[in-house]
Amino acid sequence: MSQPNRLNQGGSIDRSKPLDFTFNGLRYSGYEGDTLASALLANGVDIVNRSFKYSRPRGIVASGAAEPNAIVQLGSTEAAQVPNVRATQQALYQGLSARSTNGWPNVNHDAMGLLGKLGGPMMGPGFYYKTFMAPASMWMTYEKFIRKAAGLGRAPQEKDPDIYDHYNHHCDLLIIGAGPAGLMAALTAARSGARVIICDEQETFGGSLLETADLLDGKPAQQWLANALVQLSDCGDVLMLPRTTANGYHDHNFVTLHERRTEHLADTAPEAHQSRSRMHHVRAGQVILATGSQERPVVYANNDVPGNLLCSAVSCYIRRYAVVPGQKLVVTTATDIGYQAALDWLDAGREVVAVVDCRANPDGDRVKQARQKGIRIITGSAVFEAKGSKRVTAARIAAVDLDAFTLTGQLEELACDTIASSGGFSPVVHLSAHTGARPVWNEEALGFVPGRVKGMIPAGGADAIYSLPAVLESGLQAAQQALQSCGYAAVSVDLPKASQRIESKSAALFQVPHLKPTSRAPKQFVDLQNDVTAAGIELATREGFESIEHVKRYTALGFGTDQGKLGNINGMAIAARILGQTIPETGTTVFRPNYTGITFGAIAGRHCGELFDPERYTALHAWHLKRGAKFEDVGQWKRPWYFPVGNETMHEAVARECQAVREKVGILDASTLGKIDIQGADAREFLGRVYTNKWAQLGLNKCRYGLMCKDDGMVMDDGVTTCLGDNHFLMTTTTGGAAAILDWLELWHQTEWPELEVYFNSVTDHWATMTITGPRARDLLSEVTDIDLSKDSFKFMECREGMVAGVPARVYRISFTGELTYEINVQANYAMHVWNALFEHESTYGLTPYGTETMHVLRAEKGFIIVGQDTDGSVTPEDLGMQWCVGYDKPFSWIGKRALSRPDTRRKDRKQLVGLLPTDPSVVLQEGAQIVFDPKQSIPMKMKGHVTSSYYSPTLGQGFALALVMGGAERMGEKVYMPMADGRVHEAEIVSPIFLDPKGERQNV
Amino acid sequence: MLHIYCPYCGEHREESEFRPKGQAHILRPKDPDNCSDEVWADYLFFRDNPRGLHHEMWLHATGCRKYFNVTRDTVSYEILETYKMGEQPKITAQSRAAGGEK
Amino acid sequence: MSNVAVFDQNAGAGVLAESPLSHVSGRKGGSSPGVILREKAFMGYLTLRGNAADAAFCEGVEQVLGMPLPTAPMALHQNTQKGSSILWISPDEWLILLPGGTEYETELALRAELSGHFAVVNVSGGLTLLTVTGPDARHLLHKSTGYDVHPRNFPVGKGVTTTFAKATAIIRRPSETTWELVVRRSFADYCYRWLVDASREFGLDAEI
Repeated sequence: MSQPNRLNQGGSIDRSKPLDFTFNGLRYSGYEGDTLASALLANGVDIVNRSFKYSRPRGIVASGAAEPNAIVQLGSTEAAQVPNVRATQQALYQGLSARSTNGWPNVNHDAMGLLGKLGGPMMGPGFYYKTFMAPASMWMTYEKFIRKAAGLGRAPQEKDPDIYDHYNHHCDLLIIGAGPAGLMAALTAARSGARVIICDEQETFGGSLLETADLLDGKPAQQWLANALVQLSDCGDVLMLPRTTANGYHDHNFVTLHERRTEHLADTAPEAHQSRSRMHHVRAGQVILATGSQERPVVYANNDVPGNLLCSAVSCYIRRYAVVPGQKLVVTTATDIGYQAALDWLDAGREVVAVVDCRANPDGDRVKQARQKGIRIITGSAVFEAKGSKRVTAARIAAVDLDAFTLTGQLEELACDTIASSGGFSPVVHLSAHTGARPVWNEEALGFVPGRVKGMIPAGGADAIYSLPAVLESGLQAAQQALQSCGYAAVSVDLPKASQRIESKSAALFQVPHLKPTSRAPKQFVDLQNDVTAAGIELATREGFESIEHVKRYTALGFGTDQGKLGNINGMAIAARILGQTIPETGTTVFRPNYTGITFGAIAGRHCGELFDPERYTALHAWHLKRGAKFEDVGQWKRPWYFPVGNETMHEAVARECQAVREKVGILDASTLGKIDIQGADAREFLGRVYTNKWAQLGLNKCRYGLMCKDDGMVMDDGVTTCLGDNHFLMTTTTGGAAAILDWLELWHQTEWPELEVYFNSVTDHWATMTITGPRARDLLSEVTDIDLSKDSFKFMECREGMVAGVPARVYRISFTGELTYEINVQANYAMHVWNALFEHESTYGLTPYGTETMHVLRAEKGFIIVGQDTDGSVTPEDLGMQWCVGYDKPFSWIGKRALSRPDTRRKDRKQLVGLLPTDPSVVLQEGAQIVFDPKQSIPMKMKGHVTSSYYSPTLGQGFALALVMGGAERMGEKVYMPMADGRVHEAEIVSPIFLDPKGERQNV
Repeated sequence: MLHIYCPYCGEHREESEFRPKGQAHILRPKDPDNCSDEVWADYLFFRDNPRGLHHEMWLHATGCRKYFNVTRDTVSYEILETYKMGEQPKITAQSRAAGGEK
Repeated sequence: MSNVAVFDQNAGAGVLAESPLSHVSGRKGGSSPGVILREKAFMGYLTLRGNAADAAFCEGVEQVLGMPLPTAPMALHQNTQKGSSILWISPDEWLILLPGGTEYETELALRAELSGHFAVVNVSGGLTLLTVTGPDARHLLHKSTGYDVHPRNFPVGKGVTTTFAKATAIIRRPSETTWELVVRRSFADYCYRWLVDASREFGLDAEI
């Protein structure tokens, strides 16, 4: 297939490896070494997209990360779709399939273009804000059209077949950018023995050296480059990462590098085990910011018509890819770089119409070279308007007076198909601003340079150093400074010899004045990706948005994936001119991660699917699975929720499980409860300080329920603690609270009472806990133990050691169901053995495994609270009616005590725990339902409480609930109401929260 | 992601190993039962929120499980020192103002 | 009342014990796996707490274990003869690894030798150990933990408690070629799944 703009020789593409690809459904071909952008230009594709807001045709402008227009949707299958890929950064591969992200029905014939033209005034800056202020219904009408017109790409509708991962590094030096400065720094650092990482966002290392015509040590710079790369790859502790973008710079020199590992090869990774991209998490001792500089386009009318490019992009496409993106070139420039583009164009055998230079007397080496070659040079002038709609047809030029911001003298129209512009260079400072440092204006260089970031050293173009010899030297110096900071001895490295070129001084050219005022001239684009114009910035300032941060938000300047790469400085300069300020007075906005867009896959890495979050299993998990348990997430634990038999519904299964416990015996895997071993002479004293109740008299092998408050008097945890020895206790906590309670105990020990002799150690994972509960629990256990289980020998709230099924065990006789209960604890490796031994007697005793749902019903019938469900951090022990568990007269002012005498905790109308019985016994109230006293009052009703736990009780034969109700303890027997969203109002009676066996006789048999 | 020096482990660790625990040097009133509601409320609820130097408590949660203190600049996020529980900071807003620190 | 309850939690040989990874299956890694994973199940683990500034405490521990108590942060001491080791966890905490079944006698010996304020806790049911070897072992760790496992920062004889994927683990380096992971029982399945996944690109040989 023909590539009309491809030269027959030159460039670093491999002509022996042709590659086929499609763009918007049409087939093209390019070569290995191409980017998608260079291949599209080679094929003469002018329009690559429609613009975001105005739907104008757009072509390729740049050659790297700054490209604002050539943003494509990649992927030949649905699953492989990737949005927002810059064609300038996407390596070409066989079979690549790309589409424009905007344009409906297609980029060449865009229906929205009409709206765009009409929408010029209709969708001015601030459009979204102004529209949002209209009634919401109006927005819905606009939205359908705007979404269709505006969306920058779309997410795949199918599961991504690729994998992504993360990799952690620590290094002495991280060098971002492998152009001349970065490479020189790396060569220097490599010889010191330091751990070095050097990355570059391009396919290959080299930066500007890849396309420069300059010589190093008397040879083409590309030779020096090749040699340098060999040297670096021979160093053991130097990690070289091409195709890797430093996308975020975080606190304390933590930098994330996004490495594209297979994106240059195919849609999806060729091998299943290959990660498509990898996020490197780098903690660097020192960072050398060698990100180079970005050429600024000149702002003139219709500067967005396809065929308007950056001068550096023109040179890059010709020299690296052997692609000339047009036939007849006009250059408009404020620097000598414009002349380089013209010289390269001429060398490629195409016509240079003129170089239009805004400076009066440019006299640099390249200017002289151009003059010698007979290129027409028009000084003191600029292109003020491009002609054409789908491709440039001519450039209108005139002499300019930049200080007065007017055109002077004769107008001239130059027929051409390409306009290359250069307004100067801006250091790529984005990363330096990610942690909040503001870039600093450098008047000499007419650009912002990085602000001070601790541990970061800018070098080369990133520090507004542009001549090759100076760039190389700055790289070397940066490395030596960084090495010194990391404690490495200085190394001496020879700089390659580069010739110093004479450059004429650049002018400050941002926006070219037009014949008409900015507001009435054809659109002069500042930010091409977000369709922000000079007129828009002017309007923003006129409407009072004078801070540059406000201008940004009002106009969308530098938003989104663009992050102001081409437009920000021009935008600030224009705002400054309009406001009559200098650029440093106007200031700059802050750049944020990511430097260029990355996929969610790269962010998630392997933390997805079944590895999204740890799943914690008990030692009996495999049994639960085999038994067909449905699981519930409790924190990170997977706990059996219920064990359906056959086709049972959850309701049926829970009813059966409840009945089994109340009538026979059930078994629960309670291993997830937090367990803390407490040893030390002051263990008992410590317990007295952190629990609300008393521990001084608890005897050996006795268990006691304890309630824990924060110092604000609010309940934070509960559990049973057992005295195993005078200096030895075992505390249990809630499943969810285990880690936090251990931290809590350590907090008080380490910060308030370090003098107390006590150690806390988690034994949660060490012990497996099996709860057998129900009238036949004793009979069951007696089958497998040598412990004397008789009523008087092993009493309620006691603990015994003994053998259970041949395994040494601690058995606690405590109860969370109200039934006779034994909690069997064994070293977790033996849990399955003991569990199976119990199940050998399954049919004899009707042993029934039950899950958390049944556990909840059973405990709620007894009025036992669940901290975190019946409490929410605003509930005191007294609110729960648990005064019996509060030792007001303990000698030490325990945690939470003082707060219980604050006026707020003494209020009579505090929410208090009560039971609720719905008038209609078939009703199960909604947990969280709001409670009112008068259902007929007008809305908004006065809410007096809420339902905290609610279930159907097979034992009671009806629904029941626990609730927190204002002054509830004094309202026994009163009716309350729960108005529901569907209009129904449930009625219930306030009753005691203990629904079953209030005297506790069933557990005490 | 902060890089925090644990004074007990004697080396820098990633922030993900730590939990922030709020302002440091909060003293629980010695005799809670006999202090005023105001004093108790101040201890419970009121915390500094300075722009600049802040002394805060951190827990090395997935490391040595020790609490320690950090002097951190809330503007630059720079950590100026970390010190063990029971020790006093060397760098304070006063010492900084007096030029005791760069 | 006795001060502290100590009892032998080991069942007899007739009782089937299950390690935290007993339910998972191994992986065959081909002829040259990059990562080789093995579980050392049923080791004995004791948490030791005490005052490292107390010379008698240090001497007592050394007496019983036959190796000095590590007092430098992250130091790992090994008694290869006994197959035991002790790792610094915090200024007043150590993790002792023992051949399985010897934890009770070791706890008794420590309690007999030590005096004053200290604690010994049997945590053998709550932990398991995985050895990671092979040419890509360190790459695997780089993918799994934010701790700096470069040999310059992580020489032989060091062990750290740190984050591992989204869980916590102790990473130990007992020899030039071997890394060890000590993981909690409840997180063992997650950690193993993570290791299998993270090793895919290297080739994994796992016998569990």
